[in-house]
Amino acid sequence: MSKKTEPATAPELLFSGADWDFNTLKATYDAIEDIAINELKLDVYPNQVEVITSEQMLDAYSSIGMPLMYHHWSFGKRFVRDDVMYRKGYQGLAYEIVINSNPCISYVMEENTIVMQALVIAHAAFGHNHFFKSNYLFKQWTDAEGILDYLQFAKRYIAKCEDRFGFDAVERVLDAAHALMEQGVNRYSHPEKPNLAAELERERERAKYEDETYNDLWRTLPQAEKDDEDLDEMRRKMRVEERRAQFGLPEENLLYFLEKNAPTLQAWEREILRIVRNIGQYFYPQKQTKMMNEGCACYVHYAIMNSLYDKGLISEGAMMEFIDYHSRVVFQAEYDDPRYSGFNPYALGFAMMQDIHRICVDPTEEDRKWFPDIAGNNEPVETLKEAWAHYRDESFILQFLSPKLMRDMRMFLIDDLSSSPHLEVAAIHDDNGYRKVRRALARMHDISVREPDMQVVDVDLRGNRQLYIQHTEHDGVRLEKSEAEMTLGYIGQLWGYGVTLQAVDNETGEILHEMDFSPDDLMQGI
Amino acid sequence: MLYIVDRRKNPKGKSLGNRQRFMRRAKAQIKKAVEDTIRTRGITDINSGDSITIPGKTLHEPSFHHARRGGDRNYVLPGNKKFVPGDRIARPQGGDGGAGGSQASPDGDGEDEFQFTLSRDEFLDIFFEDLELPDLLKKSLKQTTAFRTARAGFSSDGTPANLSLVRTMRNSLARRIGLRRPKTAEIRDLEEKIAALQAKAEKRPSGKLTKPDEDTLHMLLADIEEAKRRMKAIPFIDPIDTRYNQFQQIPDPNTQAVMFCLMDVSGSMSEQMKELAKRFFMLLHLFLHRRYDHVDVVFIRHTSRAAEVDEETFFYSRETGGTIVSTALEEMKRVMKDRYPTDQWNIYAAQASDGDNYSNDGAKCTALLAEDLLPKCQYYAYIEITDEREAEIFSSAEGETALWKAYAPVARANARFALKRVTKAADIFPVFRELFAKNRAEKLSGVKG
Repeated sequence: MSKKTEPATAPELLFSGADWDFNTLKATYDAIEDIAINELKLDVYPNQVEVITSEQMLDAYSSIGMPLMYHHWSFGKRFVRDDVMYRKGYQGLAYEIVINSNPCISYVMEENTIVMQALVIAHAAFGHNHFFKSNYLFKQWTDAEGILDYLQFAKRYIAKCEDRFGFDAVERVLDAAHALMEQGVNRYSHPEKPNLAAELERERERAKYEDETYNDLWRTLPQAEKDDEDLDEMRRKMRVEERRAQFGLPEENLLYFLEKNAPTLQAWEREILRIVRNIGQYFYPQKQTKMMNEGCACYVHYAIMNSLYDKGLISEGAMMEFIDYHSRVVFQAEYDDPRYSGFNPYALGFAMMQDIHRICVDPTEEDRKWFPDIAGNNEPVETLKEAWAHYRDESFILQFLSPKLMRDMRMFLIDDLSSSPHLEVAAIHDDNGYRKVRRALARMHDISVREPDMQVVDVDLRGNRQLYIQHTEHDGVRLEKSEAEMTLGYIGQLWGYGVTLQAVDNETGEILHEMDFSPDDLMQGI
Repeated sequence: MLYIVDRRKNPKGKSLGNRQRFMRRAKAQIKKAVEDTIRTRGITDINSGDSITIPGKTLHEPSFHHARRGGDRNYVLPGNKKFVPGDRIARPQGGDGGAGGSQASPDGDGEDEFQFTLSRDEFLDIFFEDLELPDLLKKSLKQTTAFRTARAGFSSDGTPANLSLVRTMRNSLARRIGLRRPKTAEIRDLEEKIAALQAKAEKRPSGKLTKPDEDTLHMLLADIEEAKRRMKAIPFIDPIDTRYNQFQQIPDPNTQAVMFCLMDVSGSMSEQMKELAKRFFMLLHLFLHRRYDHVDVVFIRHTSRAAEVDEETFFYSRETGGTIVSTALEEMKRVMKDRYPTDQWNIYAAQASDGDNYSNDGAKCTALLAEDLLPKCQYYAYIEITDEREAEIFSSAEGETALWKAYAPVARANARFALKRVTKAADIFPVFRELFAKNRAEKLSGVKG
């Protein structure tokens, strides 16, 4: 940071050179912890730093960053691809992986230099760790205490299923469940705080209940005798309403609906759906806060490394090395740069955090007008901690993106309308454009806009058990057709009967087009 | 609070289970990719080329997501240089290069193809899957007649040539110590003492020893007599000490094979035809090499006369003349007799020809094959290489060549003999597979020509 505190007596450097051993690592950690806890006053889970090799990093990569994971071919595919990319030098490996658990586990690679290890500890073990512990989404949606035990359970359970029912049967269910993972979260109604330990108990009870209540007599009950045909319009409507209420429709969580209601699934198949759903739910907050999370971690590591330097604990050489890494991480390519691939969450996040810091400490007139509540309050860290706790990417941008940052990054807004042969510049970084640009950027970070709006709307319970799924189209943006067809096939496979996917216009409510999956397709294999 | 855990020593290969599941999943594609590789690339690449690309289709993981294009959308981009509101920009065409479109697709990595590396073993295993050498079971390793000698410990009897000196001497030494056989040095010692006493006596004026010396001398004389008696009674080497090296005849698996390549090099064989033949030979060689520790290759080319040549000459030197196939068969018979006895070698033969033969030679060939060669061969494959344009003609029964006519009855009578037609490079592999397919016997019955 910019504060220059000249120490009375020059303290000893924490390290020199690139090599490290466990003692220097520990000493460095202690110095960083001192700054993080006593100066920044971060609130963190206890830390566990694990040193791993690059091979182990590749392993961890392929199983979506988790230390334990059930086996599935898609992880093998990722491993094979990453392995090729890494060996050919097209792609480096992450310097660290951090896991939202208690204790908070950070993986660091053995070949990192000590400067890198310091950066990684500051970034992951304090930056991300604080964010995990304080952000409201993580608090509400994830169970840091239970995740590792739950993954252990999931791994064992799926291995057991493979033993009992064969690789193919388990693979079919997992494939289908993975395809629906993004539709396996509750977006709007958040559940009670998950308790993954209770999950284990619940699974046992479900199996027990099924065993106890099994009665062959149910099979012999006569089918519903009357058809709907003779009912008048009014009663038919009522029936539909009744039915929808019975199934809790509409239901946005497709996996949840299938787990509970698919008529042909076995108990273990339902449990696998539940496992995939729980894991999807666990990652959901990370998707919504990617930019903030990285911004927070970058802000923290930047503050800590500067503080270490100011205290004379690290050398100028080390500081140069750090600045090199840091500036590479927070690099933002411009739109016409061949390297451009969207906003870099590290860059945008870090820039926003630094900008808020500036507004708190050294505001301009413009800042006072735009952010009257925080401008010049001289409590940058407290302000940021408030923001980290109570926002997600979308709302954070909407609240805190300042005109200065929009000017600095030279943001502009493009309209891409299907009715027009051209793209049109709708707004740029000027007085007329700030709010438009900010709103659009926030929408781009809104996961409910990015991901399609899918719901289960109806089940034809008296007829052929056709399942109706609705995709609400916003602004005429359709689903990727071939992908949707394949995914629909997976739903059909789980449901066991026909499925119809209807695309509905969000304004008029009229059905735009339909896509069908019939159970006959299932017979021929998908 | 900090825990540092060193995980570097943890077992590696946590993803092995995933990799295996991946390989299972992609098995069909991987196999196809391997076969394509073999079909399109040169045979020599098989041993090195191990990176394959498989279509990503069945490995694709679909999900519901928005299409990349269509509908009304907007997006924010960084790095404005010249635009003001209202500017129009041509819509970028195709792909996501540069400006515009790329941000519009939140997801959707187009996985058209998937490239990864198979280890050489994985590659070849897939290549050779469900191929089996004919008669390999019949002449399985257990039934081979070759033996080699191996040490098999020691025995108490045997021929003097096999005497194990070290063992024998060790036994003898133990026995001598156990039975207290006096050592030569001890006797010499006693003799010296006696001699010393006797010398002492001579020096004395009386010529006699003192009483104590006298007693000592008597004791010594008694000792030496006893020692000499024992020495005589206990032999230095007794028959019970002898040990002999024991050898055993161990059946030696016959792990060497010889492959005879026979080819017509007369003018009627074009370079392309030879190239095809070469591929077939190389594939056979690769295959044999995998099954046997050691594979010899003998090249025999023929026109109207045959000669054993080196590989270079075999494939690339030109020769003119007529075509008499039996000369090559005679040559093969000769080489087999001289250098490759059947109890030591598994013999395979592959013959490539365009089917021409001197008209009176057919019967001779048939006889040579049936009587001399086939009984000694594990397998004899004949491939007839025909011009692509002529292939049509030969697909009918009337179009049979002279050699085919002669060989066809042999093939029907003998399961070790197979014949096939090849017209282009892509045919090689299927032919090869068919020739060596596990259920070849059934297949061959269907081969007519």
